Amino acid sequence: MAVDAETVARVARLARLRVGDEDVARLAAELNRILGWIDQLQAVDTEGVAPLDQVIPFARGWREDEVTDGGIAADILVNAPASAHGFFAVPRVIE
Amino acid sequence: MSDLTGMSVAAMQAGLRSGAFSAAELVGAHVAAAEAARPLNLFITETFEAAMEAARAADQALAAGTAGPLAGIPIGIKDLFATRGVRTTAASRILDGFTPTYESHVTARLQAAGAISLGKLNLDEFAMGSSNETSAFGPVVSPIRAAGSDAALVPGGSSGGSSAAVAARVVAAATGTDTGGSIRQPAAFCGIAGIKPTYGRCSRWGIIAFASSLDQAGVLARSVTDCALLLEAMAGFDPRDSTSLDAPVPAWSAALTGDLRGRRVGIPREYRVDGMDAGLDRLWQQGAEWLRDAGAEIVEVSLPHTAQALPTYYIVAPAEASSNLARYDGVRYGLRVVPDGGSLADMYEATRAAGFGPEVRRRIMIGTYVLSAGYYDAYYLKAQKVRALIARDFAEAFARCDLLLTPTAPTGAFPLGARNADPIAMYLNDVFTVPSSLAGLPAMSVPAGTDSAGLPLGLQLIGRPLDEAGVLDAARAIEQRAPAPATPEPWWR
Repeated sequence: MAVDAETVARVARLARLRVGDEDVARLAAELNRILGWIDQLQAVDTEGVAPLDQVIPFARGWREDEVTDGGIAADILVNAPASAHGFFAVPRVIE
Repeated sequence: MSDLTGMSVAAMQAGLRSGAFSAAELVGAHVAAAEAARPLNLFITETFEAAMEAARAADQALAAGTAGPLAGIPIGIKDLFATRGVRTTAASRILDGFTPTYESHVTARLQAAGAISLGKLNLDEFAMGSSNETSAFGPVVSPIRAAGSDAALVPGGSSGGSSAAVAARVVAAATGTDTGGSIRQPAAFCGIAGIKPTYGRCSRWGIIAFASSLDQAGVLARSVTDCALLLEAMAGFDPRDSTSLDAPVPAWSAALTGDLRGRRVGIPREYRVDGMDAGLDRLWQQGAEWLRDAGAEIVEVSLPHTAQALPTYYIVAPAEASSNLARYDGVRYGLRVVPDGGSLADMYEATRAAGFGPEVRRRIMIGTYVLSAGYYDAYYLKAQKVRALIARDFAEAFARCDLLLTPTAPTGAFPLGARNADPIAMYLNDVFTVPSSLAGLPAMSVPAGTDSAGLPLGLQLIGRPLDEAGVLDAARAIEQRAPAPATPEPWWR
């Protein structure tokens, strides 16, 4: 499953990471080396094995579905790079 | 240097209560040591003035008899824990300017117990690294040097600021987080102890997420007892973390004996790997002898999927990281980069490219790839199945023994820059620590000796889920028999 330049560009777009044309070849080589090393897992027999989804088995009851927090809009906005009128502000989306 | 900085936490507690010294004197001595240690680049953010103020309050609480168990104890906080009113960076530019309005559960518990933070300690960016060299704030230099050499060594990672600060006697103990070995490996490199408890013991609430099914907070300190003292303050149920364990927290420090009579310790044969330091192999056998001397029976066990643990980890951890780090988009906090006339999508891509360092970008790319349509089954689902086999290996081994003894890392510390060229060479540092992380087990590194260059080596104890007590006891047994790690010469002063 070799990663080519087109795949690097597609994955970078999915990850919302801008990758310059000059970096694509280097990234493709790095990803191929790491994925090639990871590929040894394909040799492990996992027939009939259920994927692990909880490392420490424990039972947790249901909690009440109730509001436990809120009214802290100022706290939430205080770290925003830009905010206005009690909202996060971003570049214009609709012309 | 005042000898106040070399004491154990237990001795500090006793001295504060007997009036041998005040919290202001104790914290002041550590602040002075921290100022002198600035060449090591231990702290991203220093909070020395707040620490001195807290020390004076601790002295009042001690006098009034209202002090918590860790009142006046100077500690450091890995800069992955959100701290109210104190800049929190994860050693990344992407969190530029972020000051939390809330406190992580673990650090809030430490505060409630009276511990005093000197500041936020350096780490690998988003805890992704094994040498503290991926930090956007520059690498940490280890206080440890090889015999007859002045070459700068790495302190290990990702909790490299924590391990170096504890070893340099700048703090008595420090918090760390461990995703694949990030407490145990730096502890081993710096000649100190470090424990990662069972997954779920410490709440992840307010800890900046890397790989949520693996991340677990723990302690780095200069003795096993000190690790126990800190951990019992940090651990405990928190309803805000859906994986927090609702289990009683034992008084681990009071129960420590180092007596292993009736305990069986397994030696996993698959941990004898190619390229292992010959001295480390001997030290491992010596460690088994020490445990036998403490009353344990030694048995050989097998963990057949050990070799598959690292590749499994390098699917699961980047996959979870790519998802967790999707939140850094320049909208709600941290860095924002908007290219001239750029759209919202341009802003996301430019912000993330500028804010994340190379190792973080690499892992986001791997994680996004293995989760993408057409590859999910071949990579992520396959890795979760192998992870189940790794966990089953441990369960089967623990049918034959109570604890496992292994080396912590394949080698001692290496020079800064020595392993940066090849990511996989760096990943191999964690070959012995990753399997127990994948299985969520409590594990600890304890200083056991040195390599041929005089650099510290650690041995690792791994226990059954929730058996931190067993891990601590076996580590204590080794600590009682191993040569005491040398105090680093303060060459940085």
